[in-house]
Amino acid sequence: MSTPPSTPPQTAIVVGASSGMGAELVRKLADRGYRVAALARRQAALDEVAAGRENVLTWTHDVTDAPSVPAQFEACTESLGGCDLFIYAAGVMHVIGPDEYDTQKDFDQLAVNLAGCVAWGNEVAPYMQSKRSGVLVGISSIAGDRGRKPFPTYHAAKAAVSTYLESLRNRLAGHGVHVCTIKPGTVHTPMTAGMDDLKWPITAEAAADGILDAIDKRKNTAYVPLRWRFVSLVIQAIPSFVFRRLNF
Amino acid sequence: MEPFAFTPRAGVPSSYRSVEAWGMTHAADARVLRPRTTDELREAVRMATAAGVTLGPRGTGCSYGDASVNSRGWTLDIGGLGRVLAFDEATGVADCEAGVTIEGLWKHSLPRGFWPKVVSGTMFPTLAGTVSANIHGKNNFAVGTIGDAVEEFDIVLADGRLLTCSRTEHAELFHAAIGGFGMLGLLTRVKLGTKRVHSGDLEVTARATTNLADMMQYFEEHKATSDYLVGWIDCFGAGRTLGRGLIHDARYLDEGEDERPLADTLALDHQELPANIMGVFPKAEMWEVLKHFANDPGMRLINGAKFVSGLFEGNRPPVRQAHAAFAFLLDYVPNWKRAYGTGGLIQYQPFVPHATAHDVYSECLRWSQRKGFVPYLGVFKRHRPDPFLMTYAQDGWSMAMDFKVTAANRADLWEHCRELTEIVLEGGGRFYFAKDLVIGPRDAERMFPAENLQRFLELKAELDPSGLFVTDLWRRVFEPLARERGLLD
Repeated sequence: MSTPPSTPPQTAIVVGASSGMGAELVRKLADRGYRVAALARRQAALDEVAAGRENVLTWTHDVTDAPSVPAQFEACTESLGGCDLFIYAAGVMHVIGPDEYDTQKDFDQLAVNLAGCVAWGNEVAPYMQSKRSGVLVGISSIAGDRGRKPFPTYHAAKAAVSTYLESLRNRLAGHGVHVCTIKPGTVHTPMTAGMDDLKWPITAEAAADGILDAIDKRKNTAYVPLRWRFVSLVIQAIPSFVFRRLNF
Repeated sequence: MEPFAFTPRAGVPSSYRSVEAWGMTHAADARVLRPRTTDELREAVRMATAAGVTLGPRGTGCSYGDASVNSRGWTLDIGGLGRVLAFDEATGVADCEAGVTIEGLWKHSLPRGFWPKVVSGTMFPTLAGTVSANIHGKNNFAVGTIGDAVEEFDIVLADGRLLTCSRTEHAELFHAAIGGFGMLGLLTRVKLGTKRVHSGDLEVTARATTNLADMMQYFEEHKATSDYLVGWIDCFGAGRTLGRGLIHDARYLDEGEDERPLADTLALDHQELPANIMGVFPKAEMWEVLKHFANDPGMRLINGAKFVSGLFEGNRPPVRQAHAAFAFLLDYVPNWKRAYGTGGLIQYQPFVPHATAHDVYSECLRWSQRKGFVPYLGVFKRHRPDPFLMTYAQDGWSMAMDFKVTAANRADLWEHCRELTEIVLEGGGRFYFAKDLVIGPRDAERMFPAENLQRFLELKAELDPSGLFVTDLWRRVFEPLARERGLLD
């Protein structure tokens, strides 16, 4: 008779799991033996991610429906038997014309990228705090490091997500909970499909490996891949009067 | 839809949390319902009944053991009912929602010239919790337990009925629910007396004592005149210094005795606990320092140093100390429990009659030292009987002993406590469920008068036949007894 493992399997919730980095993270965590809850709007895409993986449970969930988040979190956590790792990977980026100012489009982006992250963070943080353990991960972006011309609200939402996660990290550090901010550079995902001028893109699978590595190493903020850290340093050092003349 | 519109789902607010014993030894993930009104609380009772789940009553979770943890079911957090409803400035009677904390009560009453008659060593527990556990303070010998200060309360039963109980109305339930640790119903309102004070300060005398007999003698000589008596014990003291320690003896100031204006000393900022220890160390981080001493050599050092400093303190004249600073010793170092590490701690507090107390406690200390389980903190108090059905108090003493728990020592520590329990029960002792995590049903049978225990189990069966209100304490100690006696399906 084989001896049972001394610790129960780890549990993870991934929000925004139907495609891109979220889907890859679900696959990789499941392959590592995690019990994973995968959430997204599109059930058919979730079914594909979960196919052949018994330790992946799926829920159809719209992150813009914030009032549903507490019950959704409870359902996932109860089904998994806990939540050791939470990853917020939901994100949208609308293509915006250089002279376009569309409040509806902008609010849609804020709802998914920022409000959804806050709605989930506000459930997960007190749960992990009360357990005095856990890792809370948010996928922000290098796009939040400066306000560039192309996507004002996307940049703003990601900057807000980074700052929100930093606050959670500072709040929860004394409670044994780690908060990790992921800042991917350009990644080939459905979100970036159709953009032909991506610089140094990597695959979603490679990005997921980088994210898991950052989680394993308990990084506070991790650029994925690392080279974007240096890009960010340079971008952040550019004075405003120069920055406004740049077109990228 | 409007992206930033947020309308919470209708109904009783709830969240999903880990619900933990204060001593960090025991925890469970649970849906936590937090009603804001009595109507919402009754709705929560209906919801749990309809869902067929148990409901564990919980205040702020300050019980050391499993009295507020329900690992199979939902948790009802009473903290949302946190308003002081009325305060009679002539008599000091406070009418409060049951989620009001001791802190909420004293901060309301003291500026009006009143101090709660009974407070715990920490100010964070709720009235629902303190009344359900029938807590005592350092003045138990003089004024009884918090139950003695309660005039009436409202309780919501498992069938949703709300009853108002007092010494004259539903008197049996009044005496059973006080100290009934939430198993008979949920307290929603508590009306209790507070005491008029003539200063925001107490006069505190410290006295070092070289052994347990010395300490007990001091208590006996002063219990008729002192208002508060508490002894700290260095549990590392052995041989002739077994039970050595330090007594703090406090009395209220009489009218006119304090030369300062009354409003000054009653003001909340006069009562504030200092933010820094010795003016230097930020106390919020103190547990990080203390954790390096949470081992036998470290604690031997700290206890020894405290005893020696007590020898000096004990030779000084009495000092004035604010009520809050004297009462809430445990709140001086926030999160001090974390110094014990992830395994947490248990507090083992036997209540022993006067006649056998000295021998029982001496034997407990000697046996603990011999087994290598020396309590890191020992606190000694004097008690008196009270009229409540499930009381732990008697004309005697209690010694609270804190033991560090680790994954490696847990089984051995529980076995050690079982051996101590044998000594205590032989000496006629009892246990207190605000602290206990180790006794079993057979111990409960030995410590309670048989008719009291039987009546309590009958009341539970009458008032909550389907077993709605359940905690892990109930499952550990009382459920097996109820089952054996045919009082449970």
